[in-house]
Amino acid sequence: MKHKRMMHGNLRLRLGDFELNSGDFSLKLEGVTVLFGRSGSGKSTLLRAISGLDKRTEGSLNVKGQVWQEGKRRASPQSRNIGFVFQDAALFPHMTVRQNLMYGLKRLPKGVAPFSDAEFSEIVSRVGIADKLDRAVTFLSGGERQRVAIARALLSRPELLCMDEPLSALDWRSKAELLSLIEEVVAAYRLPVLYITHAPAEVERLADRILFMSRGRIETIETLQEALARPDSPLFDEQGAVSVLEGQPKPIEAGLRPIVMGEDSLWLPDVSELKKETVRVRVLARDVSLALSDPQDLSIINHFKTTISELIPQGDHRTLVRLQMADGQKLFAEVTAHSAQRLNLHVGQSVYALIKSVAMTE
Amino acid sequence: MLEIFGTQVNLDPIWLTLEVAAITTVVLILLGTPLAWWMAQMRSSNKVLLEALVALPLVLPPTVLGFYLLIVFNPNGPVTDFLRFFGFEGQLTFSKTGLVIGSVFYSLPFAVQPLMHAFEAIPHRLLDAAATLRAGVLDRFFSIVVPLSQRGFLVAATLTFAHTVGEFGVVLMVGGNIPGETRMVSIDIFDHVESLEYDQAHILSAIMLIFSLMVLMLVYGLNRRFGVKVG
Repeated sequence: MKHKRMMHGNLRLRLGDFELNSGDFSLKLEGVTVLFGRSGSGKSTLLRAISGLDKRTEGSLNVKGQVWQEGKRRASPQSRNIGFVFQDAALFPHMTVRQNLMYGLKRLPKGVAPFSDAEFSEIVSRVGIADKLDRAVTFLSGGERQRVAIARALLSRPELLCMDEPLSALDWRSKAELLSLIEEVVAAYRLPVLYITHAPAEVERLADRILFMSRGRIETIETLQEALARPDSPLFDEQGAVSVLEGQPKPIEAGLRPIVMGEDSLWLPDVSELKKETVRVRVLARDVSLALSDPQDLSIINHFKTTISELIPQGDHRTLVRLQMADGQKLFAEVTAHSAQRLNLHVGQSVYALIKSVAMTE
Repeated sequence: MLEIFGTQVNLDPIWLTLEVAAITTVVLILLGTPLAWWMAQMRSSNKVLLEALVALPLVLPPTVLGFYLLIVFNPNGPVTDFLRFFGFEGQLTFSKTGLVIGSVFYSLPFAVQPLMHAFEAIPHRLLDAAATLRAGVLDRFFSIVVPLSQRGFLVAATLTFAHTVGEFGVVLMVGGNIPGETRMVSIDIFDHVESLEYDQAHILSAIMLIFSLMVLMLVYGLNRRFGVKVG
């Protein structure tokens, strides 16, 4: 069972009327794991229990072969090599930005090489706070505070980064900027991340894996694709089923951005600059129509040849059709039950998926 | 003896008062800080009892506190015996040591309450953040809690000092009125008034008035400066 990149545990924590009782769980510490659930489901409590921030935690927690919790005995948070980014940044108000950053740096354990000046500058400019080092933190905007908090956590050389709704207090513009930053940081430092959010858009953009919580329990831990494959996925909001497709962006042609997915290409009207090698796009099931032949005289650009892998009747005379694309990615289409009957849709059939609208994940 | 406006005034009681007040302030900051921190962290209902105990000297007539201390400090009692075991000589009643101990109890709420409120006002997330940045318990206390509670410490020290300077009942009960030994300024003024030596009483009172005003102004001035820096 012991694996060097695994977290195994079963944590309990009682806080007044609320009780966290995670149940046994095993989690691969790689990429981004999103802790997802309604407010009050215990996401933050679980993250605090994992970080060792609450003395009242009980149960067991084993991380990469090290014991972090056994019964009531708890390894101190300062011994766990974690970085934590709080919802409100939690910067030390009596220090400048630089002093905040140095706080963790000065307390690195013996044997862990501190960052060189060059590395320090690299992190600071990557995070975008190089010109604010000598400011008092009280004069920073919300987005800037979170940037400092992220840099401060990174500089303490964590082996696991915990983020508790880091974007929830920000306006949409800062949110978008910080999401890109987090994505970049995760890729650059190859840090496993535990990330709390209740915004499906953030999940679709960042998650490799999702840990669903409800009433203090961990319900399931699934990959993003598995979670999106469920027709009743908790990730779907009032807009209905969503598919997230992954592909490699190529240079812009004729005002459109091609995203290569195996032999197919998806054309995006979004021509903003991209630094990433892989992008995720979000397609609403209700924006996908089906045709039995490839229509040429149509304004819709994105046509894909797909195979029907499942028909899922929904209420309201609608049918959700699960499609498999040529490169194996899954795509949902929502059609009326009437159309499904008229076209005689059945599993294994080849159909063309026409995607009316598509957007890069925010 | 010093001659001021043609009147012979003995300033020893003033020096003694300042000395006792200064020692009491140092002792109370050292003892009151961990007590206040402990109380600020408490969630259980024991906190109510502890808060009430700490606040007791505010309500109790000083003579009551002094009386109990006098009983406890009995030269043949267990407390004195206990201290003698550790090499303590002399006695607690009618001595400077006794005065300081009495003042520590008497001024306890004035040190603990401002500190506790200052500690309670510190967002817990800051300490959590410090812990994840590998600061241990004491490290967190000195690098985060103390700097963010500067105001609390300033208020606690000032109030303790000022309150000790102004005490009368406890001092009289525990220390008595031995010239040069336990005669504090408040008692000295009382004595002068009793013996109708109004000139001496006037001079000592005026000195205390001016001194107290100056100390308070200094502190509020500092407080304002800290306020801008911290706020």
